[in-house]
Amino acid sequence: MFDSLSDRLSGVFDKLRGRGALSETEVRAAMREVRVALLEADVALPVAREFVEEVTERAVGEEVVRSVTPGQMVVKIVNDALVELLGSTNAELDLNTSPPAVVMMVGLQGSGKTTTTAKLAKRLKEKDRKKVMMASLDVARPAAQEQLAVLGRQAGVDTLPIVAGQSPTDIAKRALESARLQGYDVLMLDTAGRLHVDQQLMDEMNAIAAASKPAETLLVVDSLTGQDAVNVAKGFGAEVELSGVILTRMDGDARGGAALSMRKVTGKPIKFAGTGEGLDAIEPFHPDRVAGRILGMGDVVSLVEKAAETVKMEDAERLAKKMEKGKFDLDDLALQIKQMQAMGGVGALAKMMPGMKGMKAAGDVDEKALTRLEAMMSSMTPGERAKPKIINAKRKIRIAKGSGTTVQDVNKLLKMHQQMESAMKKLKKMGGFGKLAAMFGGGKGLPGGDGMPDLGGALPGGLPGLGGPGAPGGLPPGFDKFSKK
Amino acid sequence: MSWLDRLTGGFRKTADRIGENISGLTSKTALDTTTLDDIEEALIASDLGPEASKRIRDAIAARRFEQLDERGLRTILAEEIEKILTPVAKPLDIHGFPRPHVILVIGVNGSGKTTTIGKIGHHLMEQDYGVLLAAGDTFRAAAIEQLKIWGERIHAPVIAGKEGGDPASIVFDGVKQATETGIDVLIVDTAGRLQNKQHLMDELSKVRRVLGKLNEAAPHDVILVLDATTGQNALNQIEVFQETAGVTGLVMTKLDGTARGGVLVAAAEKFGLPIHAIGVGEGVDDLRPFDPRAVARAIAGLPPQ
Repeated sequence: MFDSLSDRLSGVFDKLRGRGALSETEVRAAMREVRVALLEADVALPVAREFVEEVTERAVGEEVVRSVTPGQMVVKIVNDALVELLGSTNAELDLNTSPPAVVMMVGLQGSGKTTTTAKLAKRLKEKDRKKVMMASLDVARPAAQEQLAVLGRQAGVDTLPIVAGQSPTDIAKRALESARLQGYDVLMLDTAGRLHVDQQLMDEMNAIAAASKPAETLLVVDSLTGQDAVNVAKGFGAEVELSGVILTRMDGDARGGAALSMRKVTGKPIKFAGTGEGLDAIEPFHPDRVAGRILGMGDVVSLVEKAAETVKMEDAERLAKKMEKGKFDLDDLALQIKQMQAMGGVGALAKMMPGMKGMKAAGDVDEKALTRLEAMMSSMTPGERAKPKIINAKRKIRIAKGSGTTVQDVNKLLKMHQQMESAMKKLKKMGGFGKLAAMFGGGKGLPGGDGMPDLGGALPGGLPGLGGPGAPGGLPPGFDKFSKK
Repeated sequence: MSWLDRLTGGFRKTADRIGENISGLTSKTALDTTTLDDIEEALIASDLGPEASKRIRDAIAARRFEQLDERGLRTILAEEIEKILTPVAKPLDIHGFPRPHVILVIGVNGSGKTTTIGKIGHHLMEQDYGVLLAAGDTFRAAAIEQLKIWGERIHAPVIAGKEGGDPASIVFDGVKQATETGIDVLIVDTAGRLQNKQHLMDELSKVRRVLGKLNEAAPHDVILVLDATTGQNALNQIEVFQETAGVTGLVMTKLDGTARGGVLVAAAEKFGLPIHAIGVGEGVDDLRPFDPRAVARAIAGLPPQ
């Protein structure tokens, strides 16, 4: 998501950067390219047009002409405008009403309403400790109600028992009644997919809203949506009072135009984003972080949060202590690799690292490499892991056989460990982790980054698990990060 | 409302836009920049994408006209679009011999695969072909149920396994049963997948391989289902699915909304894959052959002929 838009934009910016003077014509030419980049990313035409006009106006103004580094200034203006476009803060669900608070999900067919309903219900139940019930009002699509019931069982969320032949409004009334009687905090209503031009179904949606008085009415929009996103948002917005938007399939490779258009067109915040097929794959939408990702600035905050969520504190502390002594054995490496995988693998991490954006290798890292490394290490004896020096040729053959790899692979692993160990030792001499963080913030000087073609950028991603919280401090300020490394 | 009206309804907004901008023109030998810009923008707003829109703009700019009014301009626009679409309009042809003719249906989540299968099945049965459906989507909750209900609706048998089972084994059983009973057509449903999920794409190529185990020629057709509301990402979808699963044709769904499906024009230019049909509603009869002239005229905002 956003990769390609970010590539296109940094291509445009590269030409501007470092220029001593910029003429108005040059700025306008760059802005035309920004416009095409946005349109190719499926940003709605009116939104793209207005965005470019606004930015151009600001960019050809005095601000830029007087600036010492006009190129940087233009980049900054685009960045600011992008953050504005996405909205600046994350908006939470507002469920402060007398229970049950009704959350109604609406959208086109196939936008992902049912799955999103289950994901959100699970999140409300587990994170916010709410008592949640789900009800499907979809009587149009075959087996839609069964689908929600199955998802409810998987997510551990109660669903309203299915009564065949009821109308959507009647189901809504029954759901509300039973949620009230059984003391549920939240009632989630999954409605049938409908086209915004189908007046009959729009009336039905209005009747449901009138009967259930939802606290939140969320429009579910597919991130892959093209120019039609505007019509959909307007169409639904004209019929019911929307309170927010959920973008699904943010894990796809769409360029995120829908995300950029939605806020502008609906005037409502994007509250959540669906990021995968699992029922946990839903995240609050943070506009500033997304803007950073589009501009190739990385998303360090999400990275650290993710690390904090998945890495066990004790593990990290133990490892940190060991490393400060300059010790780093294969057990430690194994632990780190496990953590990286828990965080979504190398590719996912690389995307969030500042400065890694332009690194082509980061996207091409073989995720299986990690699995192979793990296999090799689990084929070693505890003694071998603690003291890799004792691994001789014979042991190497055994390890390779046991893990389904080759002796060369084992050699590579050992070499990589050696490099990391010596990096740790150097680090100790340099004075510990503060400096380390600075190194990673720069995206350069990654220990062992060379000499391990199989891993590419794997190592830098591993370290935020330990040094993570320090990383943001090491970020070079400002926009140096646009440059491709 | 006839399907053509609905289709035209879908394109109407674009057409109106073009209309606003070009009505009032009476006679000009060539079009001025503003008008060309407006045409280009209107095309972009129909999801044709910046590239294809630019090319059509250039094609129109290169022409000289005796006299031009709004209708004339629309007609020219329709002609240019039709030129691109005509070579790819090819209906689905059941030719597989020995039987069955195997059709694999793939696409991203929520594009409308299962519904399209129901409609294709119905369409084929009306032509007196025997149809068997295979429930290859073992991942999504109640997907098997959904296909079974479609089977009942169109009176076609459905072969299904358990939810969470191996899709490859079900499609294998499908080919086996279809071969034994000598049924004409086997339509295989698959789970929706985003094209950037490598493991899911690997699973898909496995399904494809397994289909060919009992019958080397199978699958005879690999249909990629595209959602008309999808923007330029549809091009990525075609590219990646073609690489992994060897797409042989396209069906575009949900053309009954305001979505213009203009990305089909871009796709036709770029890939030249046959477009078999379009979906214009949720009913069994809402599958239409792809008529390039009708679609081109609808994009340009001309009434159906």
